Amino acid sequence: MTGDEDGVFFLTGKDFANAGSASSNLKGILEKRGIPAEIIRRASIAAFEAEMNVIIYAVAGMMHYTITPERIKVVLQDMGPGIPDIGLAMQEGYSTAPDYIREMGFGSGMGLPNIKRNADKLTINSVVGEGTTVEFVISLERSGR
Amino acid sequence: MTLDDIKGILGALALTGRGDMKIDIGRAYCADLMSDVLAFSITNSLLITGLTNAQVVRTAEVADIKAIVFVQNKRPDIQTIAMAEAKNIPLFVTELSMFDTCGRLYERGLRSQMGQTV
Repeated sequence: MTGDEDGVFFLTGKDFANAGSASSNLKGILEKRGIPAEIIRRASIAAFEAEMNVIIYAVAGMMHYTITPERIKVVLQDMGPGIPDIGLAMQEGYSTAPDYIREMGFGSGMGLPNIKRNADKLTINSVVGEGTTVEFVISLERSGR
Repeated sequence: MTLDDIKGILGALALTGRGDMKIDIGRAYCADLMSDVLAFSITNSLLITGLTNAQVVRTAEVADIKAIVFVQNKRPDIQTIAMAEAKNIPLFVTELSMFDTCGRLYERGLRSQMGQTV
């Protein structure tokens, strides 16, 4: 498939049994389009980290994806606590996650840095007490990175 | 090094039935922090971990990890094993500690990916 394609996955906070299924589905969609494996891996990792953030911190959220021949755009919008200091949250190792999240292997302060590492463009907007929107873009054009 | 070799070296038990035991595993990564796996592991490698929850299999899936070894006889629950089976990610469990698991595989020539680009 080469045309534009978009869709949405709904995410429920603390639903750890299904955490990651949206990213897994997105990965399947990208594979069907024949996108190179290395790009799929970057998109899947970024989406998974962002999805885990919603599951861990928010009440609910959604992941909206748009795929065009030029790029993959993924927007995660949540109803959560918001991020008071985005600069701090972007630092590797900084985390506010509780211990039970760390025991699951997450909350080590690598989530947002991992998204940035894999995306060509990352935008974060957050309002404390309302929620956070994380948008990342991965270019599909050969000179995109 | 094939999955069969790894299973033999570790005296490991296969928890899943599917998957090609002859596939070549060139690299390994060891961590209990899944974000570290997502940040630093490379594609088509082996993951050695002491964590057994479903997120380990999800992490392996998105990071294109070929197989997972759980150390110290820790076993994931049946839903996690079923998910791995469905995603064609072979799971193994060994009684060895994480240190000994890594040590034995390193001794036999398996290496990590550090210093390489993702």
